[in-house]
Amino acid sequence: MIAMGKLFSRAMTCASLVVLGGVPALAQAPAVTSVPAGVAPAFAKATVGKPAVAEAPAGTQQADPQQVRQELDRLRREFEEIRDAYGARLAALEAKLGVPAPPTVPAAGTAPAAAEAAAAAPVPQPAVDVPSGAAGAGGPQGALPVYGNASASSKVFNPDMAVIGNFLGAMGENSVESAPSLEMHEAEVTFQAVVDPYARADVFLSASPEGLEIEEGFVTLTSLPGGLLAKVGKMKQQFGKVNTMHAHTLPWVDVPLVMKNFLGEEGLNDSGISVSKLLLNPLFFLEATGEVYQGNSGPFQTHERNDVSWLGRLRGYRDITEGTNLDVGVSFTRGHNDSGPDSTTHLFGVDATVRYRPLRRAIYRRFMARTELMWSRRGQEAGDVSAFGMYVSGDYQFARRWFGGVRFDRSERALDSSLVDQGPSLVVTYWPSEFSQIRGQYRRTNYAEGVTSNEALFQFLFSIGAHGAHVF
Amino acid sequence: MRKFIQAAALTGVMLSSANAFAALKVVATTQDLESLAREIGGDKVTVESLAKGYQDPHFVEAKPSFILKLHSADLLIAVGRELEIGWLPPLINQSRNAKIQPGGAGYLDASMSAKILEIPTGQITRAMGDVHPSGNPHYWLAPDNGRRIAQEIQKKFAELSPGDAAYFAQRYADFDRRLAEAEKRWQAAMAPYKGVKVVTYHRSWPNFTEAFGLNVIGYVEPKPGIPPSPSHTLDLIQEMKRQEVKIIMIEPYFDRKTPDSIARETGAQVIVLAPSVGGEKDVTDYFKLFDHNVNLVTTAIKQTGAK
Repeated sequence: MIAMGKLFSRAMTCASLVVLGGVPALAQAPAVTSVPAGVAPAFAKATVGKPAVAEAPAGTQQADPQQVRQELDRLRREFEEIRDAYGARLAALEAKLGVPAPPTVPAAGTAPAAAEAAAAAPVPQPAVDVPSGAAGAGGPQGALPVYGNASASSKVFNPDMAVIGNFLGAMGENSVESAPSLEMHEAEVTFQAVVDPYARADVFLSASPEGLEIEEGFVTLTSLPGGLLAKVGKMKQQFGKVNTMHAHTLPWVDVPLVMKNFLGEEGLNDSGISVSKLLLNPLFFLEATGEVYQGNSGPFQTHERNDVSWLGRLRGYRDITEGTNLDVGVSFTRGHNDSGPDSTTHLFGVDATVRYRPLRRAIYRRFMARTELMWSRRGQEAGDVSAFGMYVSGDYQFARRWFGGVRFDRSERALDSSLVDQGPSLVVTYWPSEFSQIRGQYRRTNYAEGVTSNEALFQFLFSIGAHGAHVF
Repeated sequence: MRKFIQAAALTGVMLSSANAFAALKVVATTQDLESLAREIGGDKVTVESLAKGYQDPHFVEAKPSFILKLHSADLLIAVGRELEIGWLPPLINQSRNAKIQPGGAGYLDASMSAKILEIPTGQITRAMGDVHPSGNPHYWLAPDNGRRIAQEIQKKFAELSPGDAAYFAQRYADFDRRLAEAEKRWQAAMAPYKGVKVVTYHRSWPNFTEAFGLNVIGYVEPKPGIPPSPSHTLDLIQEMKRQEVKIIMIEPYFDRKTPDSIARETGAQVIVLAPSVGGEKDVTDYFKLFDHNVNLVTTAIKQTGAK
C-alpha cells in the first residue's frame, strides 16, 4: 500500500525529477538482473560439462563398466559440490543485495496454469517493478547514504519542480497601457507534492521584472469528512473562470479588459481559506464554494483587521454528449475598498463555457466558446458606482498543433461607469510540443480616452520540469 | 462531545455494515481495466470507466463529471506508469474521497506486477519526445499482463471485500483458464508469422508485438508524442522499402493521412487496431480485444504477403 502511495506521488513527477530520484533505481535494475543472469551460465557450464563426461567413457569403451560407474559417481559428487557451492554463494549475494524472496503465488484456488505462468514470468525485478523513485522506501540498502550526496534517496521526496517562462513582445501604438516591446515577463517556478496522507501542497513563485512574489501557495486538504475540499494559503480566488487561471493556461496573450477594469492587473489573488462541497444530485455536477480572504487584492483594501473579503461561487457542469459539455457558474464577492473605511465593493459574475472535443479526434479538434459577464458596485463618498463589463470568446483547434481564436471585450470602468473600453482580438497559437507554445494576437482597443490602439502581441511560453496537470 | 463521538461511531458502524452488503463500486481509468475488473468482480462489483477505448488515453479531459464518478467510488484502478498523469491527479484531488487517494486502500495501480517494457535507462530528457520515465504504459496489450492485472485486481477485491474472497478467487481461476485457452488460439493464429516486420504509429504496441513475435522496425511518429515530420516520413519510407515492410499498425485516434501516404509509397497496408477494449464496436471485452487485433493482423499479413 505504501508502495502504491509512493508510486502515485512519483506518478505526478515528470521527467526531470525522475532523472534526479529515479536514476539510482534504474541503475540498480541491471545489477539485480545480472545476479540470476550470472548464475545461469555457471549452471550452464556445469551441464555443458555432462556431454564431456559422456564423451570420456566413450573414449575408453573397453574399460571396465565398474570403473566407468565409479567415474560417473565421482563426477556427480563433484557436480553436486559445485552446485551447492554456487547455491550458497548465490544466497549470500542475494542477502547482500537485499533481493526479496521470490513472490509467493497468490490466493488459493489459483489455477496451476497461472502458477506456471507466474513462475515462468521473469521474477519481478524489484528495482524495476517498484516504481522508480520509491526505491529505498524499504529502508537503506547497501552502504548508508552520504547526506548531501547527489544520490541521497531522501531526494525522492523533493516536490515536483517546474519553471514556466513567459516571454512577451508587443508592436504598435498604445498610449493608455503601454507594454515593453520585448520582455521576459515572468518565470513561474512551481513546487508541487503530497504533504501527507491528508494533504497536498502547491507553491507557485512568480519571478518578474517587478521582483519575486508568491503567486500562489496553498495546501489542499483532500481527506476531509462530509465531502469537503479545503484550500488554505494564498491563491487565486474562485471568481469566474479567467481569474482562476495562470497566464500560461489562458487562450490569449493578455487578459480581457473587464478583468483589468474590475479586478486589477493581478486579479483577485489573496491569502485566505477556501472550502467547497459537491452538492450531489442525479442531474449534473454542482459545486458550492465559500471563501474568506484577508481583503487586500484587486479592488479590495482593508482598513482594519476585520475587513476581510468574502466570496461565494456555485458551479454547474453537465455532459451534453460524450464530446460536448456545458459549464456554468455564478460568483459573488464583497470587500472593503480604498475609498473609505466604510466603503465596500461588490462584484457579481456569471460565466458560461461550451466545449466540444470529439473523443476520437481529441488531439486534432476542439472548440470552446466562453463568456463572462461582471457587475461591479463600488461604494464611494460621492455615491455608488455600478459598472458592467464582459467578454465573449471562441477558440478552435484546427490541426494537431494549431489553434485560432477571437475575443470581443467591452467594459465600463469600476471607478466611473461612463468610461467604456472595448475592442476585438484575433489569436493564432502554435504548439511545437506539449511543453512550448508560440502565440500571436492582434488587438484593437477603443479606450474611453478616445484613443484607438492597434497592436500585435507576441508570446513565447516554455515549460521545463514536472508541472502538474491543470484543473479543467 | 461524547454523545457526538458515540453518534459518529454508530453511524460509522452502520455505514460500514451497510457497505458489507453493497456491491463494491469500482472506477477504472480505461475500458481494458473495466473489462478485467468485471471478469473478476462478477455481480459483486459495479464497474465504470473514465476514458473510452477509442480515445487517446494520454489526452483525456479532467471533466467534472468524472469527479462525480470518483467521489462515490470504493476503488479506483489506474493503468499507472504515468499514462494518466495529464488528467487523473486533479480528478483525484477534487474527488473528496479519502479512500481512493494514492496510498489509500481504494487505489490500485494495475501495473504493479505487470511486465513493463521500454523502461528508459540512463539520462532521459524531453528532447526524446514524450517519454515515460517508468516504462511503456501500454502494457495491457499482452495477454500475459492481462493475467497479472487480473491477479492484482483479485487481490485488491479480496482485501476490500474479504467475505467474497473465495468468489473472486474462483472467478479469477475461471478467467485464467479461459485466457490460457484463448492464448493458445491467438498464438496458433500468429505462429506462422513470427518475425514479420511492421511499423506502428505510436509506441503503443511493444507488449503486443512481443507477445506475438512481430518485429517493429519503425514508427510513424519521429519521437513519442511528436507528430509526423516530412523528413522522418521520407526516412521511414526508405527504410520500409529496404526491409520490405508491408504492415502499418495505427490507433483509431490518429490521423490516417501520413500512414496512408506511406502505405501508397511502399505498397503497405494500414490497419487500425483497437488499442483498448471499446476501441472498435465489436471489441467489448478483453478477449475480443485480442480476437479483433489478431484477426486484423493475420488477415493483413496474408493479403500483403508481408514477411
